[in-house]
Amino acid sequence: MATESPSIDQLSDEFLAFSGSPRSPMGDAVREFKRNKLAVVSMIFVIMVVLTAIISPLLTPYPFALQNTSFARSKIMEPYVITTDRYDKCHWKGTPLDFGCTVFILGSDALGRDLLSRVVYGTRVSLAVALVASSVSLLIGLAYGTIAGYTGGRADEAMMRIVDFLYAVPVLVLIILMQVYFKALTRQGATGFAGTLIGWNQAMGGMLFLFVAMGALNWIGMARLSRGQVLSQKKKEYIEAAKSIGTNDTRIIFRHLLPNIIGPLIVIETLAIPGYIFTEATLSFIGLGVDPPTPSWGAMIAESTQGIRSNPHLVLIPGAALTLLTLAFNFMGDGLRDAIDPRSHNR
Amino acid sequence: MTKFIIRRILFSIPVLLAITIFTFAVVQALPGGPFSTVGEKSMPEHMRLIMERRYGLDKPVYEQFFLYLKRLAQGDLGPMFKLRSQTVNDIVAQTWPVSIQLGVLSLILGFSIGLPAGIIAALKRNSMVDYMATFGAVLGASIPNMVLAPILILVFGVWLRWLPIAFWGADPPFILGIFPKPTLEFWTHAVMPTVSLGTAVSAGIARLTRASLLEVMGEDYIRTARAKGLRERVIIIRHALKNAMIPVATIVGPLLAGLLTGTFIVEQIFALNGMGRRFINSVSEREYFLLTGLTLIYALMLVAGNLLVDITYAWLDPRIRYE
Repeated sequence: MATESPSIDQLSDEFLAFSGSPRSPMGDAVREFKRNKLAVVSMIFVIMVVLTAIISPLLTPYPFALQNTSFARSKIMEPYVITTDRYDKCHWKGTPLDFGCTVFILGSDALGRDLLSRVVYGTRVSLAVALVASSVSLLIGLAYGTIAGYTGGRADEAMMRIVDFLYAVPVLVLIILMQVYFKALTRQGATGFAGTLIGWNQAMGGMLFLFVAMGALNWIGMARLSRGQVLSQKKKEYIEAAKSIGTNDTRIIFRHLLPNIIGPLIVIETLAIPGYIFTEATLSFIGLGVDPPTPSWGAMIAESTQGIRSNPHLVLIPGAALTLLTLAFNFMGDGLRDAIDPRSHNR
Repeated sequence: MTKFIIRRILFSIPVLLAITIFTFAVVQALPGGPFSTVGEKSMPEHMRLIMERRYGLDKPVYEQFFLYLKRLAQGDLGPMFKLRSQTVNDIVAQTWPVSIQLGVLSLILGFSIGLPAGIIAALKRNSMVDYMATFGAVLGASIPNMVLAPILILVFGVWLRWLPIAFWGADPPFILGIFPKPTLEFWTHAVMPTVSLGTAVSAGIARLTRASLLEVMGEDYIRTARAKGLRERVIIIRHALKNAMIPVATIVGPLLAGLLTGTFIVEQIFALNGMGRRFINSVSEREYFLLTGLTLIYALMLVAGNLLVDITYAWLDPRIRYE
């Protein structure tokens, strides 16, 4: 017993105790990220927007689709505080209103819907798209790239040929075509499985088909990246060591390979989020995004650009929301990338 | 090199064919044909059949497809259903130049602002200029053109009244089919759409140029060049920049795709008679041949753009050899 030499763990503990605070790659990355104030602020902002999206019903004075029908159509309420008269009835510039006495902080859109409520609910669509599109891209791309890279040989070649092939496809045009088809299908109605899907899609305000269309091709870049990562890790000693003691492939992939490559890939996926938000806004702008009356910032901007001369705030407020969210994701993504990229540490 | 280019072109043929098939299939699957309505009313059955026979829509799908391919091979993109005095070729001839002019101007703007900004930021790293350029680039990349365009219209069109708020300042026929007459009207009309579209381009280029140049400046051969006593200007222009441009060249492909997306929005907002707007409208107007034709042209542009990137790549970095 007394002759037993200290284990690796004990040695490394002693080493760490000697060298001061323990440093792990993860700890380094966190420290590096925290040094970037802009990135930290952006991350806090993103978290706040996520919370806003979750508790939107509590933050909004009205449902997003409720129209104030006391006004003729296309009459826009300016940002205005509504006061009550002596009969306790709400008025706006002399006209009695349908619903109770609440403040229209940002006024209404052309259909008499509260702008604030719609902008707040709009976070849901943008964030849902950001989350789902990036997760789908990561999942499919990672699985595809890992299988291709790990298997190697003929299978790898064939799988990458498919990716090369899809790479030449104009993604947005294809998304538009798919959305055209889905919209037409929804209008026509269907039975069976397609009918069920249409039902779910309508329940989600048109987001389900949007996810399908956007997820269908967005994984290609991620597949290439993951394959590259897998190829570079595959030849490393730790994989060889695992193989030599007879670990099976599934275990090597999930326990050894993936944990080593997933961090950078997640960060790269974060950098793609602004692109997904833009794509959703673009689709909604041209009327192929979510279904009305689901509020999407892109659709809100599209509805109001015609009247920008008289009501600029109807464009500027959703526009500011869209820009700020993208800006926050960009700063956050940059900060994350700098934090995990060792080359940028010394810059 | 020539062999490589030829192989790439040959490889793009199945891609284009697959896109044609996909588009054709989607269009076929759409409920409601182009002649199911006349204006707001539904078209009488016998008239619909006559119209469909006239355009060959009563034939089996595969026959229609081969007929389309045959005409495509002859450079005929097919007829228009609603605007019967024109063909899809006419529409493309009118609108494609506008989109190309807009896209090229935006690219020029993007490079002429993005490159110098990125270079200066990298050379004066961690200075005030660098921080401002970096921040500006992130801001430029974050503001969507659907937000930037209305702001520009509001400020320069409505409040200051300096620039026209809509339309393209040049009409077909263009010089050689593509170049606009460089009149004052053209330039004033071009400013706001170009800036709307080009800002994101210049932001992307500036960010990449800065990162890439910083990386190159840390390489050994730059130290060698310094040790030889070369002037800083020569080091940067002759040695560093050329290599720093390699990653920048690679984003031209995605950039083209981004420009394409942008034209949908910008052409809509500024009411330009460009291809992006026609593409969007063709969806609701059920101009099936136009929809298929424009999809093909977009695919063609993307394929050509990627090929161009690969060629630029090989030119910038002679180490890259294509077997």
